[in-house]
Amino acid sequence: MRLSQLEPGQSGVIKEFTDLEMSVKLMEMGCLPGESIVVERFAPLGDPMAITVSGYQLSLRKLEASTIILQ
Amino acid sequence: MNSDLKVALVGNPNSGKSTLFNVLTGLNQKIGNFPGVTVDKKTGFSKLSDSTIAQIIDLPGTYSIYPKSHDERIVLNTLADKNNSGYPDLIVFVADATNLKRNLLLYTQVADLKIPIIIALNMMDMAKRAGIEISVDKLAEKLGVQVVPISARKLEGIDQLKQAITFAGKIPLQADAIEIESIAPGLVEKIGSEMQLDNAYMALQFAHHHEHFHFITEHHSDRIEEIEQEFSFHSQKAQATETIARYNFINEVLSDSVKVKIDGKQETISNRIDKVLTHKVFGFLIFFAILFLIFQSIFAWSQYPQSLIEELFIWVAKLGHLYLPTGVLTDLLIDGVLAGLSGVLIFIPQIAILFAFISILEDTGYMSRVTFMMDKIMSKVGLSGKSVIPMIGGFACAVPSIMSARTIESWKDRIITIMVTPLIACSARLPVYALLISLVVPDKRVLGVLNLQGLTLMALYVLSIVSAIIVAWVMKKIIRSRERGYFIMELPVYRMPRWNNVGLTMFQKVKAFVFEAGKVIIAVSVVLWVLASYGPPQKFREIDQKFTYNANKQYSHAQVDRLKASAKLENSFAGILGKSIEPAIKPLGFDWKIGIALITSFAAREVFVGTMATIYSVDSDDTNLGSVRDKMQSARNPKTGLPVFTTAAAFSLMIFYAFAMQCMSTLAVVYRETQHWKWPAIQFVYMTALAYFASLLVYQLLK
Repeated sequence: MRLSQLEPGQSGVIKEFTDLEMSVKLMEMGCLPGESIVVERFAPLGDPMAITVSGYQLSLRKLEASTIILQ
Repeated sequence: MNSDLKVALVGNPNSGKSTLFNVLTGLNQKIGNFPGVTVDKKTGFSKLSDSTIAQIIDLPGTYSIYPKSHDERIVLNTLADKNNSGYPDLIVFVADATNLKRNLLLYTQVADLKIPIIIALNMMDMAKRAGIEISVDKLAEKLGVQVVPISARKLEGIDQLKQAITFAGKIPLQADAIEIESIAPGLVEKIGSEMQLDNAYMALQFAHHHEHFHFITEHHSDRIEEIEQEFSFHSQKAQATETIARYNFINEVLSDSVKVKIDGKQETISNRIDKVLTHKVFGFLIFFAILFLIFQSIFAWSQYPQSLIEELFIWVAKLGHLYLPTGVLTDLLIDGVLAGLSGVLIFIPQIAILFAFISILEDTGYMSRVTFMMDKIMSKVGLSGKSVIPMIGGFACAVPSIMSARTIESWKDRIITIMVTPLIACSARLPVYALLISLVVPDKRVLGVLNLQGLTLMALYVLSIVSAIIVAWVMKKIIRSRERGYFIMELPVYRMPRWNNVGLTMFQKVKAFVFEAGKVIIAVSVVLWVLASYGPPQKFREIDQKFTYNANKQYSHAQVDRLKASAKLENSFAGILGKSIEPAIKPLGFDWKIGIALITSFAAREVFVGTMATIYSVDSDDTNLGSVRDKMQSARNPKTGLPVFTTAAAFSLMIFYAFAMQCMSTLAVVYRETQHWKWPAIQFVYMTALAYFASLLVYQLLK
């Protein structure tokens, strides 16, 4: 399951990443393996999305979210 | 001011770093540019005690020492080079207490550079409210540094922080976060010893960033490359390993010092606000309402102060002509320099108003939501969600709008926004459009309600948006960038704007414009004034004679003056230029008189109307457009006897004004914002070419 496939309100725990370069940026922003994520909402036009991770809100494009694999 | 201590503020974006900077320095600050890049370099002085003054440097906010943008690169470049002017004696790390885990990542990176450091733990009040309990002593003990709890917005803990800065030791005492050698075994030691670095993390940074370190020689850079090959160093893999190791350390630190009492399920106020402000329908409605408000204010609210500034300058000019001795110097001072100065100051109201809004939108956190909502549309044409604000502002004036593009992080998005914003129909085009439309478009209604003149004007506005989008899309394909387009962005919690910050931003932006772009504008306007008021001396003497002779008895004094001004303009250098470009602009349907107006319009587009008035020797004090219009309507081509302003020519001219770069203030501000003459040059060439060919097409089709 990828993060981009979740609906608003659903949550998951990060397992791994598919893109090394993206993973470095995501980890800097607190998206670490083992961290839980809640999908808050999608932008009015369906992309990007807003998630809550390690206590704050982060927005990222679906394409970027699809590099996050959930447990 | 002499300071004993240089202090750098480092921290994440939205950590309250700038608020703290303002609190520490007050109005005692100055904004410059970091060399070679357009990133605000804020420095200021803070009186720590009766005997100590510290110089404070506000470094750009970043999430990590590994930069993603030009702004972020500055942090590392400043801290890595001991010989640069910004290298601090002490780092004050500003950490957001509500989000300590992510904030500490950057802290551990910076701390490992082994510059003395203390932590200002900001937003303690908000952390408390969110149920986060932080044991400051435990945290300090684990990290080996001083931790000062503060609330920069509420001015709490500032004295304690100042004290801590004053008495901070000169020796770095922070605990090691990770074992750096293990990230790249062998490589770190080798670079360290060959480059004579006493710090292992610095050696690792040399491996990652040597290409961007201007302070190391090419020879050293090549040598580092060799060492990297020898140890098969992979920058991203090393960075990933390092990040995970750092978070392990941080988790261990936080497990002892931070307790979260409330479960995360409780909905925050911010979340509830977001449900409305980023709602599918209301989100856009509210956004457009805000845009409309901004647009209206720049247009309407600035009109009164602008006319005050204008009147003031007219008054000063009158006095000057009255009391100063007549002569070239007085003319230069009043009609050249003073007019140029007025052309600079006239922008102040618009800049102040736009930046008041932008600073409120940024401060409250709404700007990130704008980006969030608009990203999908804007990213398709190579723009950022944040480009919407500069482009809407462009309807009023490109000058403040281009300055506001600084809020766009991605260099490429920012450049494209700057390049296309002047295509948006700004308010200076309005008088030109109004004059030309009234000249050739009949004041008739179509379909019962729609006014044909109004429709034409609207079409010109729509055209400006469409052309900006198309050009942006083309530029997206052309401009290469090494930055990969990310959209990983924090959505900060909503907050009340800090009004003194709003005021400070307005003041600083106005100051930056007046002192930096102002120089260019005054210089160019003096040149334009010389071109339009001087010509070959022989010819000018003849004109003077012709109009002083009483051969013109049938005319009044004022009429003689107008005819003289008209004759002088025709024979001035600008007139000669206008005539010499006539062959080039003839296919567009323009004669040399329009040619002159195109040249003088470079001062500002609305000058077109005034120039037309002078050329057709209409009383320029006459405020209604009617008399200029009548003259233009009856203007005939002396060779063919046909009207000059045919429908085809007028439309061609409107299209020319829609696309052409005829605004020196915009070019000056683009230069200031890009720190390079390349960009205003490209902009001038592409817009002029676009204007030429579009007008050519329009004229040849309508003729």
